[in-house]
Amino acid sequence: MASLTAPAGAAPASSAAASRNGTHTVQEVESITIRFCGDSGDGMQLAGTRFTDTAAILGNDIATFPDFPAEIRAPAGTLAGVSGFQVHFSSNDIHTPGDVLDALVVMNPAALKTNLRDLKKGGILIVNTDAFAQNDLDKAKYKSNPLEDGSLAGYHVVRVAVSKLNKEAVRECGLSPREQDRCKNFFALGLVYWLYERPLEATIKWLKDKFGKKPDHKPVLDANTAALKAGYNYGETVELLPVQYKVAKAKIPPGQYRKITGNEAIAIGLVAASHAANKQLVYSGYPITPASSVLEDLSQPEMRRHGVKTLQAEDEIAAIGVALGASFGGAIGVTGTSGPGICLKSEAINLAVMTELPLVILDVQRGGPSTGLPTKTEQADLLQAMFGRNGESPVAILAPQSPVDCFDITYEAVKIATRFMCPVFVLSDGYIANGSEPWKIPDVAKLPKIEIIHATKPNADSANGAVHEHGEGEGGGAGKFLPYKRDEYLSRPWAIPGTPGLEHRIGGIEKQDVTGNINYEPANHEHMVHTRWKKIENIALTIPDLDVIGDGDADLLVIGWGGTYGSITTAVDRVRKSGKKVAQAHLRYLNPMPKNTEAVLKRFKKILVPELNSGQLCWLLRAKYLAPAEGYNKVQGRPFLVSEIETAIANML
Amino acid sequence: MSATALPTLSVKELTTDQEVRWCPGCGDYSILAQMKKALANVGVPREKMVFVSGIGCSSRFPYYMNTYGFHTIHGRAPTVATGLRLANPDLQIWVVTGDGDGLSIGGNHLLHVLRRNIDLKILLFNNEIYGLTKGQYSPTSRTGTPSKTSKTGSLETPIRPLTIAIASEATFVARTVDVDVKHLTETLQKAAAHKGAAFVEIYQNCKIFNDEVWAYATDKSVKADNLLYVEHGKPMVFGKDRNKGIRLNGLKPEVVEIGKDCGLDDVLVHDETTEDPTLATLLSRMVGPKFPEVVGVFRSFRKPCYEELLDKQIADITAKKGKGVVADLFKAEDVWTVE
Ligand SMILES: Cc1ncc(C[n+]2csc(CCOP(=O)(O)OP(=O)(O)O)c2C)c(N)n1
Ligand code: SF4
Ligand SMILES: [Mg+2]
Repeated sequence: MASLTAPAGAAPASSAAASRNGTHTVQEVESITIRFCGDSGDGMQLAGTRFTDTAAILGNDIATFPDFPAEIRAPAGTLAGVSGFQVHFSSNDIHTPGDVLDALVVMNPAALKTNLRDLKKGGILIVNTDAFAQNDLDKAKYKSNPLEDGSLAGYHVVRVAVSKLNKEAVRECGLSPREQDRCKNFFALGLVYWLYERPLEATIKWLKDKFGKKPDHKPVLDANTAALKAGYNYGETVELLPVQYKVAKAKIPPGQYRKITGNEAIAIGLVAASHAANKQLVYSGYPITPASSVLEDLSQPEMRRHGVKTLQAEDEIAAIGVALGASFGGAIGVTGTSGPGICLKSEAINLAVMTELPLVILDVQRGGPSTGLPTKTEQADLLQAMFGRNGESPVAILAPQSPVDCFDITYEAVKIATRFMCPVFVLSDGYIANGSEPWKIPDVAKLPKIEIIHATKPNADSANGAVHEHGEGEGGGAGKFLPYKRDEYLSRPWAIPGTPGLEHRIGGIEKQDVTGNINYEPANHEHMVHTRWKKIENIALTIPDLDVIGDGDADLLVIGWGGTYGSITTAVDRVRKSGKKVAQAHLRYLNPMPKNTEAVLKRFKKILVPELNSGQLCWLLRAKYLAPAEGYNKVQGRPFLVSEIETAIANML
Repeated sequence: MSATALPTLSVKELTTDQEVRWCPGCGDYSILAQMKKALANVGVPREKMVFVSGIGCSSRFPYYMNTYGFHTIHGRAPTVATGLRLANPDLQIWVVTGDGDGLSIGGNHLLHVLRRNIDLKILLFNNEIYGLTKGQYSPTSRTGTPSKTSKTGSLETPIRPLTIAIASEATFVARTVDVDVKHLTETLQKAAAHKGAAFVEIYQNCKIFNDEVWAYATDKSVKADNLLYVEHGKPMVFGKDRNKGIRLNGLKPEVVEIGKDCGLDDVLVHDETTEDPTLATLLSRMVGPKFPEVVGVFRSFRKPCYEELLDKQIADITAKKGKGVVADLFKAEDVWTVE
């Protein structure tokens, strides 16, 4: 894909043009991948986000990948404290934040050391030379100064005294020296804007919106604006590089767009679903990376206007209890966490399985087991979601494939949970949770309907009785409410406390079908175990078939799930462009899988399953369908590089 | 509910068709019976009442009440009840828990549900033993209690449920006894009338695994000397001859004989309405045989509930800025148009 072949190295399709006031040329390239990195206190996430917004507003397709340390403030300048933000922007349709960097901005030696390996040979390396004193080098464990020892020979190194130049630029703005220094991310951003011929307006507007309202913020506004402009002008004045790079607008379907991260899309998806269902949304969670921002978003004042009720619980067990209680009460109960929290919730998930109440459980996966890699991504909770509870415990499992898809999947999860009266997992991951891409804002009127029908009157006709004879208590009888009388999908009625005549009791003890009375009879238990499975399987009757994209007549099918969609799609694309045949399918529904899944698998001689775990989907496909699936696995806390999957595909062809 | 015709309920209406499965002689029977009587006149229709419980003998309670009910999992009833309350502001929600359920596995939830002042009526059936699992010592078992897992006597210091409740900022705290049917019924009615988190400890006899632990509080011949029934505004007097009282000596309570050690005027007067926890805490720490154990309402005052404050936030911002519109929410970030 473009970012591999793009600028600085071999000449791409380019138009050399005289720059505005110098001798350098402007080259047009298809895609650029750039990473800002520095100490966690250096404001790199902010610089990256601002750059992304500008690219998006200019009409590029974008994908981002923030990468930050688990420590909020590891000792300044150390390797543990490096924080990075990667942006891929393109005039083409892109699906990943890019494998290899075209340009890397490093604010200190630690950032250089930890990120240089991702910069392509000949790539642009912008270095803040002010942060390379002996002391800084020591903290990054450099034995000699890489700026002097020739180790950067293969790169296009641009040395800029960022700290010093920035200080000069903001001196007059009325900030303390420390505060002045904190503007240097905007200086660096300005430089990069120059390099890629990007206007500053969108960022200046953002600064004004953020700091222009209060008079005592004026120094901050002035200084950051000054730093931004100074960086840009510096690039222009000193002709930082012999070329500037230009990325044209992408051909994107017309419409209104905004940038969205996976977690933002989840929060918004839940609210949209609650409106569609005409229901109260109750969300309860306990802070945990990388899921916290969903709780944070939903507790914003803006969300209160949508009637959203949130509760920051005392632990994950309480959070799911609150969500389940809310569902019992007729609201949309949702709880969100990451893997360690799912461990704590498992007993309550089973209570939802048993009481057959709607419940949406969000798991933003991170590296495990135990505390594992809190800020890094992984897809290793699939089998936990599938089986990680006592007894036979079927639940629905959905997985968004991209930040944008988090909206659709979450919306769908609410729909399934309320239609089938069951817990529904949403398996997102740290990569798509924090990554962002442009989202074509949907037309609210065209969103799927979510129709919820509550029981309002007794449902027993005199013929209704217990299905098994030895149950406790009596069976049906006209005028009674039977909480476990099932519909065509085997879903049970949802009767909300407060409804006269439908008083009933539910709980975690096995119950008699139809009546819902406590029942320990062997045949009934087996019947109920099967019924709970069958109900979940019935969801397949309402979900779309699994699509095969690419070459339907290929020998090889590449099948994945969840957040790896972007890398797999890009890899398959590249392989096909190289003239080889390969097909792709991506599972967004993991339990049940689409009803044509087996038929799809049977069509191919070979099946490759790339996953960020040791082979969990692969395991399921083999177990369920006896499919000759082979895994391609990576468990490093990092997403797949496109090139890794390309190689894996090549090895199978 | 209309103010004119408050619904009254008969015991029969409140009884389910499920066979009650407690052991004969279990204190839970009495609590169930008094509950039905207490609810007859509280003015809430059956469909608006919900019983939520955890796991334990006591937690079987919801199955026997012909209202809505949720028998949840061990220790977690307060959490489920909290969610139910958030979803539905006009239910009367009762939480039934045991000393193990509420103070051991669910101890943390209890602290937080009380602190948040969620409008729930929480009844802790204290039998100082794990009943359902057949007789292991519990967090309220007295030091030295022999049980299945403490044959040579429990080594632990027991928790005082009401001290915990007060420390957790509960707005209604009371204690009563399973077989004192009149006091039990009245206490349940007071809890029902309270808005906010109400916590009631009920001394409950486990006939099978801890029989007679409350004998000093139930045996007619001695209970008057062992229990102090407190009433708001009344001096703390007790004893068969009503001649004993509680007096403060510095920061410590002491038992005095009225007429001998002091006059009635020197005896502490109960004040259940004060928000200051000092008096209630002091009462909660009076334990026999040195002191009479206090029954009655320790404290009761009104404070906004979490759900009321949340509703207010929603109402305030909606009044100011209007109801949220989904299309606007989609556009909360910078929007650009592609033509
Ligand atoms: C997670 C879990 N752990 C343990 C148990 C077993 N268990 C059931 S009830 C109980 C203790 C009950 O004691 P208490 O709360 O005092 O209720 P009682 O039976 O005395 O009324 C235990 C340990 C369980 N049901 N669930
Ligand atoms: S074991 Fe004890 S508490 Fe449980 S039902 Fe029997 S007597 Fe009651
Ligand atoms: Mg007990």
